[in-house]
Amino acid sequence: MLAYAIRRLGQSLFVLVLMSFLVFIGVFAIGDPIELLVNPQADEVERIRATAALGLDKTFLEQYWVFLKGAASGDLGKSFVYNVPALSLILQKLPATIELAFVAMVMAIFLGIPLGLVAGLKPDSLVGRGIMAGSILGFSLPTFWVGLVLIMVFSVNLGWLPSNGRGETTLVAGIPVSFLTLDGLAHIAMPAVNLALFKLSLLIRLTRAGTREAVLQDYVKFARAKGLTQGRVIGVHVLKNILIPIVTVIGLELGSVIAFAIVTESIFAWPGTGKLLIDSINQLDRPVIVAYLLVIVTLFIVINFVVDVLYSMLDPRVRLGGAAAAH
Amino acid sequence: MLRTLRLALAALAILGIPALTSAKDRDVSIGLQAAITSMDPHYHNLSPNNSMMLHVFEPLIKRDANQKLVPGLATSWKALDDLTWEFKLRKNVRFHDGSPFTADDVAFTLKRVPNVPNSPSSFATFTKPIVDVKVVDPHTIVFKTAATHVLLPSDLASVMIISKLHGEKAATEDYNSGKAAIGTGPYKLAEYVPNQRVVLKANYGYWGGEEPWDKVTFKILTNAAARVAALLSGDVQMIETVPTADIAKLSADKKYALVDKVSNRVIYVHLNQRTDTSPPYVTGKDGKPLPKNPLKDARVRKALSISINRQAIADRVMEKRSVPAGQLLPEFFFGTSKKLQPAKYDPEGAKKLLADAGYPGGFALTVHGTNNRYINDDKIAQAIAQFYSRIGIDTKVETMPASVYFSRATKGEFGYMLLGWGTESGEQGSSLRSLLATYDTAKGMGVTNRARYSNPELDALISEAMSTIDDKKREGLIQKAAEIAMNDTALIPIHYEVSTWGTEKGFRYTPRTDQYTLAMGLKPGK
Amino acid sequence: MSDPILSAPAGPLAETTPGAKGGVAGPWSRFRADFAESRLALFGLALLVVILLVGLLAPVISPQNPYDLAQLDIMDSKLAPGERSADGSTYWLGTDDQGRDMLSGIFYGLRISLGVGIASTVFALAIGLVFGLVAAYFGGWVDTLVMRIVDIQLSFPSILIALILLAVLGQGVDKIVIALITVQWAYYARTVRASALVERQKEYIEAARVLALGQARIVFRHLLPNCLPPLIVVATVQVAHAIALEATLSFLGLGLPITEPSLGLLISNGFQYLLSGKYWISFYPGIALLLTIMAINLVADQLRDILNPRLRK
Repeated sequence: MLAYAIRRLGQSLFVLVLMSFLVFIGVFAIGDPIELLVNPQADEVERIRATAALGLDKTFLEQYWVFLKGAASGDLGKSFVYNVPALSLILQKLPATIELAFVAMVMAIFLGIPLGLVAGLKPDSLVGRGIMAGSILGFSLPTFWVGLVLIMVFSVNLGWLPSNGRGETTLVAGIPVSFLTLDGLAHIAMPAVNLALFKLSLLIRLTRAGTREAVLQDYVKFARAKGLTQGRVIGVHVLKNILIPIVTVIGLELGSVIAFAIVTESIFAWPGTGKLLIDSINQLDRPVIVAYLLVIVTLFIVINFVVDVLYSMLDPRVRLGGAAAAH
Repeated sequence: MLRTLRLALAALAILGIPALTSAKDRDVSIGLQAAITSMDPHYHNLSPNNSMMLHVFEPLIKRDANQKLVPGLATSWKALDDLTWEFKLRKNVRFHDGSPFTADDVAFTLKRVPNVPNSPSSFATFTKPIVDVKVVDPHTIVFKTAATHVLLPSDLASVMIISKLHGEKAATEDYNSGKAAIGTGPYKLAEYVPNQRVVLKANYGYWGGEEPWDKVTFKILTNAAARVAALLSGDVQMIETVPTADIAKLSADKKYALVDKVSNRVIYVHLNQRTDTSPPYVTGKDGKPLPKNPLKDARVRKALSISINRQAIADRVMEKRSVPAGQLLPEFFFGTSKKLQPAKYDPEGAKKLLADAGYPGGFALTVHGTNNRYINDDKIAQAIAQFYSRIGIDTKVETMPASVYFSRATKGEFGYMLLGWGTESGEQGSSLRSLLATYDTAKGMGVTNRARYSNPELDALISEAMSTIDDKKREGLIQKAAEIAMNDTALIPIHYEVSTWGTEKGFRYTPRTDQYTLAMGLKPGK
Repeated sequence: MSDPILSAPAGPLAETTPGAKGGVAGPWSRFRADFAESRLALFGLALLVVILLVGLLAPVISPQNPYDLAQLDIMDSKLAPGERSADGSTYWLGTDDQGRDMLSGIFYGLRISLGVGIASTVFALAIGLVFGLVAAYFGGWVDTLVMRIVDIQLSFPSILIALILLAVLGQGVDKIVIALITVQWAYYARTVRASALVERQKEYIEAARVLALGQARIVFRHLLPNCLPPLIVVATVQVAHAIALEATLSFLGLGLPITEPSLGLLISNGFQYLLSGKYWISFYPGIALLLTIMAINLVADQLRDILNPRLRK
């Protein structure tokens, strides 16, 4: 287990380095940040000065080397635009995004799995079909559109919920969270629903598919025949066997929700990292983009690790460390 | 005294007696379209920042709503000779901490401006011409320039004065945290959260009189629909840049008020004249390159200009929030010519010009433009393409985000470039110099001339104007230069953007040509 | 736990014996009968056929070619449904901000959206499937390598990928498809690997190994079919997701050329008119998108149930 963790860590470091290099190439390919940063009325002297000030006069490889040296000592560079350390800028915005992602995921899981179970156990009933039809709505309309319709209905027409921003926060273990105050809940409700819709639909469909398969399997039939209660059959035998793909997808989606809540965050002006990322991409603020992606990759690696560990707990047939030992 | 009065008024309000103001009434939230990247007034020369800084800091010379220069921290200024300027400073002005404002602060500011580490766009452009600063007495300061610099007052209107006391050791971070953000302006910085909000508190001892607001919160609402929604749901009381799509509905609604004003930003087209053969994305109808660059032919350029129905774009695309343009600035600005009217829509005339130039069947081109930089930029590009397809030019449209667009445009990778230009100085000479003078970085001429248009006659006039200190004479020269450029269709002006602000009823905003959104311009009342 | 897996069919789908139902010979007719079991699925199929026909025949049945700029007139822009243009033709679903007939725009947009959604999903699925299966089956360094590439890919924001491709390749339908494939393949790879890891341990694979069948045969004829069911769920959802993603990229200004709008681009263009009461510019394309995705999913749900070896009664 420990050796496995260490090996994963080594691989992860490699991923991080490769990733940062790819982002460097990518941003380089998109365009020249100086074009966007320097005031268009400025003269050539000023352009040359600004290019030098941001270190963009060096060759591509030199710039990357400077970055690597800094990164080795924990310094991911300063934002071109804000002149503050990129990492601190991101960490400042991260709690808001993680909070939004978790609230959305919790909604999706606690609604999605039960609804999926119902739809899977009674696939031909009206309820089952209704759930399935409803789930189509969740992923067929673009997020930005749904977001604005939510605002139109609940903020503009009904006036129940605020249209933008994050509510009052309280400190929990030093991290500001907003879901403990009424004001905070009012602010988070719409963006969380907006973000959860797609995941909810996906979970409903996955759970239903898994359930439909599981109930036909002999062990479930056997468990029923043994006279176990419906609740126990579903809770233990059915659920346990459909969890693997669901856990995978939840892991993937949790990552993507945290990483790329870009659209939701910009429509609801949620002060998180997604909005920061899109603004940084639009301004080619490379240090922030690189630092952001490194934070996200690290997060993904942790999530994937947890998911893999969960597999081995859910299904003893999956051995950790990949399949090295299988041959 | 004021505080007591306000307390009394608040008490009246509690007693249910109608009062003029109550605590809540004196708080206001404003939705902005772009992020404020720093609260350091010398870090980033960028319109949203410059607009925000004016609340906390002040320059020696201010610009009024029409960008006319008016006294700021200086009460008067004059050129003693071609190279020397004397500024008289305002007396009895205090910084937010109570320390007095003197000429030393001005001298200190000029020393700091070129030395802000990591500045992505420095204000040194404005202070560079000054080679020597002499403090005559606490309220008189003299600047020396190396060469005649007629734009000095206009340049200094962009430089915020900081406090020497707080600025000595301060870095950009200290301005962001508020520690060093101590100016003389009507508001104090209370909180700055990057990419999210700026909160200001009133400076009750402001020399120019008290502002009607105790607390102003600026929220960054980049998404246009989100900004409108915030106004509609009462989360903010004013927004800037009301999207044209919502103008009809908002102006019909009695609960809201819209104000607008033509701005200093012209939307124009640069035509790539770098090559003698076909420039990029300009080909014959068969897709093969043309032997000659049609955009170098003034007749073709004129045809491309008169085939655009500017009024239709203003009416249908911009919801009347644009003014058809015939030069680089609206007529009330310095150096503009009354003779230059927007080109009349004349598709038949355009066809004839094309035939005269040797393209009777037209040719093919791609309109390149941004899709997130100017108001309705991608829609304007499409409308232009419609007009061109009607005179026989096969037109494609390619729009992209500014991050990709500008690098490519600067490299000359496009043939037909839709662009925008805001003249911060408020006089047409500087725009002609940047956009149309022959590209020469050493002389600072044509630095943004992406088309590489070149006309020696125009260059000579611009240079002459730039060293003529007499305003009347200089204006004449600039007007003549503009007439030469526009009659040659050196570029194609489309329209001037009209900036629009939306407020809740019960607020009144004084609209500005520089597109700035200032709490100082927002007053209660109809 | 008694091992239930033994009951799972080991062979590929085509090798399963025809069911007793109806007693008709041949897998195709059995397939038809199975499909027709659900009336909802039949309805979905009919709808899908209509939609595909509309998409295919768009140039013939549209009142206007919405991609030909010479046919558009901004003087006819933002007309409400049913209004007449200057030259007397009626726009039944109104016009957008360029004077584009919404009905024609939707017909043409369907074509592009379906094409983009299906093409990108099929390619991404194929790539992801191969990588996921190979990673799970071979394990060891192959698995590590593939999964780390997947990690990198998944953490690259789609908007950044789209922006890079836009800068490097330029704009166009093919570029959007490439961007969507790049964004999605890793997702499939991870999902496939997860199921394949479980399947790989099962007895039928062991049996195939013992029989010394070729590795390719084991992977594609035995492992693949048994990993498919969860994948089909994800894939059908992803066709819709791909279409919506394309819309989102268009919304962010990174999508298709604005003069050749897809359904998503029509919706995102109309988005800005949502608050102003000009609902039709994004409402009708929205309905068209909804119907399309519903039809795809109704059909796909039924297909999945039929094709799933483990749902055979």
